[in-house]
Amino acid sequence: MGRFVFKLPDVGEGTAEAEIVAWHVKVGDMIHEDQNMVDVMTDKATVEMTSPVTGKVLALHGEPGQMAPVGSPLVELEVEGAGNAKADAAPAVPKPAPAKPAATPKAEAPPKKEAPPPSAPPAPVAARPALRPEGEKPLASPAVRQRAHDRGIELQFVPGTGPAGRITQEDLDSFIASDGRNARSTGGTAYAQREGVEEIKVIGLRRRIAESMQNAKRRIPHFAYVEEIDMTELEDLRLHLNATKRAEQPKLNVLPFLMRALVKTLPQYPQINARFDDEAGVVHRHAAVHIGIATQTANGLIVPVVKHAEARDIWDSALEVSRVAAAARDNKAGKDDLSGSTITITSLGALGGVATTPVINYPEVAIIGPNAIIERPVVRAGQIVVRKMMNLSSSFDHRVVDGYDAAAFIQKIKALLEHPATLFMD
Amino acid sequence: MSEHITTKVLIIGGGPGGYVAGIRAGQLGLDTVLVEAARLGGTCLNIGCIPSKAMIHVAGEFEAMAHAAKTPLNGISLAAAPQIDFAKTVAWKDGVVRRLNTGVAALLKRAKVRVVEGWAQFSDAKTCTVKTKDDEVTITAEHVILANGSQPIELPFLKFGGKVISSTEALSLPVLPKRLAVVGAGYIGLELGIAFRKLGCEVTVVEALDRILPLYDAQLVAPVAKWLEKNGVTLHLGAKAKGLGETGLAAELKDGSVVDIAADNILVTVGRKPATEGWGLENMAIDMEGRFVKVDDQCRTSMKNVWAVGDLVGEPMLEHKAAKQGEMVAEIIAGHKRRFDPVTVPAVCFTEPEIVSAGMSPHEAGEDVVTAIFPFMANGRALSMDAGDAGGFVRILARKSDHRVLGIQAVGAHVSELSNEFSLALEMGAVLEDVAGTIHVHPTLGEAFHEAALRALGHAIHI
Ligand SMILES: Cc1cc2nc3c(=O)[nH]c(=O)nc-3n(C[C@H](O)[C@H](O)[C@H](O)COP(=O)(O)OP(=O)(O)OC[C@H]3O[C@@H](n4cnc5c(N)ncnc54)[C@H](O)[C@@H]3O)c2cc1C
Repeated sequence: MGRFVFKLPDVGEGTAEAEIVAWHVKVGDMIHEDQNMVDVMTDKATVEMTSPVTGKVLALHGEPGQMAPVGSPLVELEVEGAGNAKADAAPAVPKPAPAKPAATPKAEAPPKKEAPPPSAPPAPVAARPALRPEGEKPLASPAVRQRAHDRGIELQFVPGTGPAGRITQEDLDSFIASDGRNARSTGGTAYAQREGVEEIKVIGLRRRIAESMQNAKRRIPHFAYVEEIDMTELEDLRLHLNATKRAEQPKLNVLPFLMRALVKTLPQYPQINARFDDEAGVVHRHAAVHIGIATQTANGLIVPVVKHAEARDIWDSALEVSRVAAAARDNKAGKDDLSGSTITITSLGALGGVATTPVINYPEVAIIGPNAIIERPVVRAGQIVVRKMMNLSSSFDHRVVDGYDAAAFIQKIKALLEHPATLFMD
Repeated sequence: MSEHITTKVLIIGGGPGGYVAGIRAGQLGLDTVLVEAARLGGTCLNIGCIPSKAMIHVAGEFEAMAHAAKTPLNGISLAAAPQIDFAKTVAWKDGVVRRLNTGVAALLKRAKVRVVEGWAQFSDAKTCTVKTKDDEVTITAEHVILANGSQPIELPFLKFGGKVISSTEALSLPVLPKRLAVVGAGYIGLELGIAFRKLGCEVTVVEALDRILPLYDAQLVAPVAKWLEKNGVTLHLGAKAKGLGETGLAAELKDGSVVDIAADNILVTVGRKPATEGWGLENMAIDMEGRFVKVDDQCRTSMKNVWAVGDLVGEPMLEHKAAKQGEMVAEIIAGHKRRFDPVTVPAVCFTEPEIVSAGMSPHEAGEDVVTAIFPFMANGRALSMDAGDAGGFVRILARKSDHRVLGIQAVGAHVSELSNEFSLALEMGAVLEDVAGTIHVHPTLGEAFHEAALRALGHAIHI
């Protein structure tokens, strides 16, 4: 028998450390080669660490949320043969194994605060009916009754674990903790006040999102600008294109058109297609337009990037958006897919909403957020007509983008989108 | 000159319902005025529980001495029969009452409750006028708590007056009657009847029903019936009082014959009725439920912010129920969330022997129960107090399926003191195993309760 120490490998170029997101094994488990042991998160991707050997888990190092340096021991295994560590060597890191290895597969699964288990009934008593016979008053001491009454809880709906179905203080606790879900379904309602606070460690992707949002909001003096755009013609064109597209061409939504408008406009506003290294005090104005696409995934917000949007036609833009978004959603996006954007589009349009104040994807200097397209009456040449209208929200880094320029930029985009033919004219 | 008081809380009645509400309201910082026409403490303290128990106590002592004078009692003998100066007994009782009166007054004062002496007459639900000794006070309140209590029921053909008396007069008679006729064998009639018997009176009880103490089951009542028989109390069951007779009470017996029961006093104790008349209840637009003021489980009447507690709102007409309701209403007014939902309002009957009942009677409990009785005959403490042979016992009823204790009763000397243990067990939702698992002090009467639970579980030790 030997000891095998699994160390955190170099998970990405230049990565010095990774965050432990979730354990999939616990001390004492027998695991086989290639079995997933732990998820770690690097810059933006979550990586599954599989075991190179078969063996029994002796120790785990680190808890979800902790940072582990590359090369530090993560898992110690007992293996057939010699292993890679001296058999009698002390565990590489003196830290004890985490008390509660989370067996949750999801990176975001929070450590749940569990309701205290109902106390064991003291004396053995004859058969205990689970349900209260019809019309019977629940059995509980005056203190329990008063506490329930104070909180507006009908004890009728609270299961009792005590002798003869007596409702104990603990029963009431767990009823409250479960939001009254362990109520009987028959007869009446059981609205209860809710108590208790669940603690959710902000770790993994959520922590990254939190940090970058805070960073953005703290460093960047945002200013927001909202304009309404008549999308009627563009929608006509889009529907026409979707109706007549070739089979291998993707379905078009508004996004590729908006990208097209950006790449046509940005050369005139180089200060907007930029990354601001505020520590060095240098704005990097980019010739290439790398558009970040804010994407909601099961784990949270991720911003994959469509590189060189300026070199893509409308179809290619659509294809690339869906590729990078799918990669992000499936947790397969590589580092390259997730970095380097020069401007970002964030869209909550599908959910409705008339305006947003998007947070800039630091260190960029601008973000635009199309809102829902809504058919509504507008006045055109003295006539009320129904048009497909869309608000376009945007935020800019006021340190390096002036309000006037930002407004002018958005007006250009509006002009392009309202006259879609011009999107394709030079 | 008439005064006008505006207050947050106005309480009518200084009985246990009213004065407890007052003290609690004061503790909670509510501006409170209490109106009482007679004396603080109400029925209970002045003409009910306390004076009757004082009389019962004296009667018990007198009886023991009288017994010892006739035949030595456990080694005690008296050379001559004891003498009783009944006026002095009454004076002693009045002293006890006075002490408690002053106590209640002091408690109210400490709680900063203003007490107005006089009869309250309501003109609308939130306004009353009180004629005090030398003034007239008008009181307007945001909240009104009605605690007017109850009065003895009078029989139309036996109006109070002369030799016909209610419990009130019975407790303050100037001279001890030689012969007493008691109409009604409820708890008040029998408590007093037994006391007078112990004091040496000839007592005859006339009861229309076929049994005494109809609120309790026959098994519980049997030791009391036995005592009455043994001590020469004449009991006419199924008999009707008819009116005054030549020498006392005219009564139609079960067999239809009409007899004249010689009596110096005729004590009528056929029940009590809520005090709903003479104070303007009709001006308050409050719903009634039969003779009682209708309230919900928070003691709210149908009029907003008018509350009613105690004997005024229904059975059981007992001090501890009135007090609990009074306390609760004060707390609700102060913004607390309360309701009246006791598992049991225990009842005690201070007869000879005493009877206690808490929770369900065997009749109410139905079929699926285990019942066990432990006799005081087998209880060391009872025997050491010479109270083992009165036929007393503790009875426990529990549900068969889960042993939940449903009811507890006892009859025997001093069992009133067990009542609180019984209610505690019921309120806490005890099962037989809880009672069996609680160490009971030896030697006490309470051991009989423990043993009854053991017996219900099939393993009593001392029987
Ligand atoms: C002989 C006897 C023995 C009893 N023994 C017991 C016992 O052992 N245990 C037990 O629990 N109970 C016993 N009771 C019952 C107990 O006394 C009552 O249940 C209890 O007193 C009820 O309290 P209450 O506050 O509702 O009313 P009460 O005590 O009747 O108080 C009402 C008060 O309101 C006053 N009042 C009424 N209307 C007005 C008005 N308009 N203006 C001003 N004042 C007004 C009255 O003067 C009275 O003082 C006994 C009763 C009697 C008669």
